[in-house]
Amino acid sequence: MSDQTDTTSDEASEEPAMTAYRYPDGSVTYPGHPRGPDGNEPVGTVDLSEYTAEVVTWTTSTATPPGVRQPNHLAIVEFDVDGRPVRALGQLEEGNVEIGDMVEPFHVDELRDPEAGIREPESQAWDGFRFRPVEE
Amino acid sequence: MDRVAIVGASMTPFGDREGEWLRDLLAEAGADCLDDAGVGADAVDHLYVSNMASGELEGQTGVPNMLAHDLAAQPAYTARIDQTSSSGGAGIYAAWQSIASGASEMTLLVGGEKMTHKTTGEATDVIASLTHPVEYKHGVTLPSFAGLTARLYLEEYDAPRESLGKVAVKNHRNGVDNPKAQFRKEVDLDTVLDSPIVADPLRLYDFCPITDGSAALLFCPESVAREIADEYVLVSGVAGATDTHVVHERADPTTMRGVVESSDQAYEMADREPEDVDFAELHDMFTILEFLQFEDLGFAEKGEGWKAIESGRTERDGDLPINTSGGLKSKGHPLGASGVAQAVEVYEQLLGEAGDRQLDDPEVGLACNVGGFGNCVTTTILETPEAE
Repeated sequence: MSDQTDTTSDEASEEPAMTAYRYPDGSVTYPGHPRGPDGNEPVGTVDLSEYTAEVVTWTTSTATPPGVRQPNHLAIVEFDVDGRPVRALGQLEEGNVEIGDMVEPFHVDELRDPEAGIREPESQAWDGFRFRPVEE
Repeated sequence: MDRVAIVGASMTPFGDREGEWLRDLLAEAGADCLDDAGVGADAVDHLYVSNMASGELEGQTGVPNMLAHDLAAQPAYTARIDQTSSSGGAGIYAAWQSIASGASEMTLLVGGEKMTHKTTGEATDVIASLTHPVEYKHGVTLPSFAGLTARLYLEEYDAPRESLGKVAVKNHRNGVDNPKAQFRKEVDLDTVLDSPIVADPLRLYDFCPITDGSAALLFCPESVAREIADEYVLVSGVAGATDTHVVHERADPTTMRGVVESSDQAYEMADREPEDVDFAELHDMFTILEFLQFEDLGFAEKGEGWKAIESGRTERDGDLPINTSGGLKSKGHPLGASGVAQAVEVYEQLLGEAGDRQLDDPEVGLACNVGGFGNCVTTTILETPEAE
């Protein structure tokens, strides 16, 4: 399971997907792993970008590494996928949320400058999904 | 089975060791440790170096062999122990295993890191490189994990923000009496609470500094310790455990499963309960971590750890002193050295060698060394041979 596969494209729509993986016991993880919590290989995928999520907690980081926006608003959010909780960490569009708020993912082509950090740029994907409040 | 003893300990001054590199720091601590025990390098069977990132930070690899040569310890078997910030604790576990298995009769463990030549951003990025790709691309850092967890903890357990600040105040006060600490300066609560935000709600004084330093321990069977040392301490319990690599996959981010699992095993091995521990060195890389470990080690119920700092339990004159060394917060955090230095403090306290910060005849001490954001943990229990 490549690190590139957390963001995949839906062939029909060409839209990027926020891909979580489902395992035989019904559990779902983001990202996926070669073996899931039940010790088995994944049996399917779920595109989390089609769901909204609840903010579990958030922070605004002011001391950011090279190539990362400053300040960097981050949150852990929880999706409800058919009654199964699935958590993800991601950047917030802005620091305007509170615990319990509902947010939606939206795609960003480059979350940080791949050339500025210590990690080999070719070793992973750099696009992904930020979160913003759901408009009521 | 012969029990495993520690017969020597040392640490360099922690801080900005300008002009000195990892090679210098490791050799200083290693030589001092052998001198402390009165043991020659030719007696060393195994030599372990706890280090997270010498290649990334300094461009120096092959460190254990380098140290063996500098100490004239060849042909000792050498290995590098990398478990990120818990490399030191993992080194203790490896050293214990080497003696307990009979593979070695004298094992020198030296932990160290050289960091201050890097900018804060560069050093933070090296440490953050331990994260999963889906975390790293969002620019997550270890301090930001601390901010995320602190906000959740304060909200869930109705803990006051000030209680986190009091951890920093306490550990800075302890560090004043540690001549090897990076910061030997008291800070007041207002200073902590008014310092710049680093990862909301945590501020500058909620975080440990970037540090150069090294620390060392010398291990042997108790039967050998009785012959060569007037005093020694015993490793009565040691165990390591992991939690998820991806931090957000944990059901409860305020519980560190690695701390729970490793301490359960260490208590069982030592035939001890949390109530038996007289004092502890916890991995306060961030103030919130002192609360989480305090609870996950069984010293308080979940969500109650913050009350210990409010009641004075964890002060030096409290019933369970925490981080008498000043902790990572004040003493400093040279990644690979920190877990070793925690045990050095426990060793010195148990032998009555802690100077102005000496506790009143402690017999059982615990060290909890955390890597990543609880990703991997080693818990060690040390005690005097006479401990009841």
